[in-house]
Amino acid sequence: MYSRRSRFLTIMLILGLAFFYIPMIMVVIYSFNDSKLVPVWGGWSVRWYQVLFESEEVWSAVALSLKIAFINATCATILGTMAGLAMVRFGRFKGRTLFGGMLVAPLVMPEVITGLSLLVMFIALNQLFGWPGERGFTTITIAHITFSLAYVAVTIQARLTGMGETLEEAAADLGAKPFKVLTAITLPRLTPALVSGWLLAFTLSLDDLVIASFVTGPGANTLPILIFSRIRTGLRPDINALATIIILAVAICISIAAILMFRQQRADMLDQQMAAREDT
Amino acid sequence: MTDAKAQKPTIAAAPRKTVFQRFMRRVQNNFRLIIIAVPLVWLVLFFLAPFFIVAKISLAELAIASPPFTPMIEWLDGGVVTIRLVFDNFAYILNDSLYFDTYVNSLKISVTSTIICLLLGYPIAYAIVRSGPVAKPLLLFAIILPFWTSFLLRVYAWMGLLADQGTINNLMLRLGLIDEPIRMLYTEFAVYVGIVYTYMPFMILPLYANMEKLDGSLNEAAADLGSRPTNTFFRVTLPLTMPGIIAGSLLVFIPATGEYVIPDLLGGGNVQMIGRVLFNEFSSNSDWPVAAAVAIVLLFLLVIPIIIFQYYQGKASQDP
Repeated sequence: MYSRRSRFLTIMLILGLAFFYIPMIMVVIYSFNDSKLVPVWGGWSVRWYQVLFESEEVWSAVALSLKIAFINATCATILGTMAGLAMVRFGRFKGRTLFGGMLVAPLVMPEVITGLSLLVMFIALNQLFGWPGERGFTTITIAHITFSLAYVAVTIQARLTGMGETLEEAAADLGAKPFKVLTAITLPRLTPALVSGWLLAFTLSLDDLVIASFVTGPGANTLPILIFSRIRTGLRPDINALATIIILAVAICISIAAILMFRQQRADMLDQQMAAREDT
Repeated sequence: MTDAKAQKPTIAAAPRKTVFQRFMRRVQNNFRLIIIAVPLVWLVLFFLAPFFIVAKISLAELAIASPPFTPMIEWLDGGVVTIRLVFDNFAYILNDSLYFDTYVNSLKISVTSTIICLLLGYPIAYAIVRSGPVAKPLLLFAIILPFWTSFLLRVYAWMGLLADQGTINNLMLRLGLIDEPIRMLYTEFAVYVGIVYTYMPFMILPLYANMEKLDGSLNEAAADLGSRPTNTFFRVTLPLTMPGIIAGSLLVFIPATGEYVIPDLLGGGNVQMIGRVLFNEFSSNSDWPVAAAVAIVLLFLLVIPIIIFQYYQGKASQDP
């Protein structure tokens, strides 16, 4: 009975992975297509990579996206870590429910609603204080921090819950002040989660189209906005080349994050096993 | 002269150090408050407050101005304050069959996609849980990787596959399965493919997290007591994985309802979904009050699912 079910599960798994990866593999293959028409195969070539590298428009969009992603990831990691700490380590405090709600809601909120509401917020702020003025770099960065801090907070919360409070309590018992406990015990142990949270926020920011389209102004095109407008005006072969580069870059970032998390998990498991062995 | 020179750095350095120390001490004293307040203020300012402004604008009238709506509170001559609330925008949306049909169509597409994701994702998640200790993290990674690979480019990849001259049609033509290309791109079918493809990992990951915690001995106990595998699945496994099913379904359903990119690129204007209508109302028509009202109605539709999701999320984060 079990073997038949596991064969069904294996088939589903293989089909699922094929479904996930075939479209992306096709994009990578077609990025080396010499033909000007995307679906027609005209032999192998790297000409679209050359076209891409000579495009100034693409480079300035890449530069803007990377700049936003970097600042976003750094700020979102700081704010998200604070939020995660507050939720897991501070027990009950006034407004905890509201706080938790606001931390989870951006994860599921449809992007069009978040984008629209942030735009009207910026316009209202601009009317009241004359800030942030021209929409573009600043407004996109703020918008991205708002939704990616939620993702960082979830990552940090999971890690904090996983690692338990024993060491922190021990440090406090030995007379360390809360601030000292944070900087000497909690943050160093959080490092893998901080790194993967940072990378997560970084890729989320690089990937966002809808929210950025709402809060950007004329002249400030991030990479997704540029790609979207090009795709809409017709399939362009150099987009395949760009897609291939992005897929590779993201795959490398996520691999690093995954390896860090995996190592930490294994180390924790070993620690627990050792502790269990000493107990007996 | 030389004495003064020698003393200068110590005089300058001493107060700076104490200022810093005093600052650090204050930080340490208010440590808890700062850690809670900074992210809280940010979220209130850039997440909560914006919704109230959207709600406000949805009750305003369209005006030829910048921004294109009338103010809600006006000072008349003599210091009289008038508050104008206009429900016309909501009446307009609810009476216009275009909007109503679009809401219904969005819900139909997102519900159907959620069910397809669940039917396909459940066995995949179960298969990963049942894998060996080496395969498991690798398979999990294989599921997470496309999840973080550019959303826009994954939708774009399907445009190349589904087009009339696309890979699938070319392949089927060459194999002699069809005589002329089947129209797949710019149909509802393409939108379903796109949503299921991009949101599937959101279904698999919570299901996996939930199934991982299941106690395998329960299945064995059921088998020992003579339950057949199908019976065990429906009576034991399925009820126990309900939290995962609910979390995954909401993670697919809520964002899919407001989806903009997929209906735009894969539906090509033939498939109306509310996110797209909202975006167009705002950017092409510049009718902000109506766009805001469309957003508020959409939010009301999603409020209960979002609250359910938060409830389960809150419970999950409290569990040790």
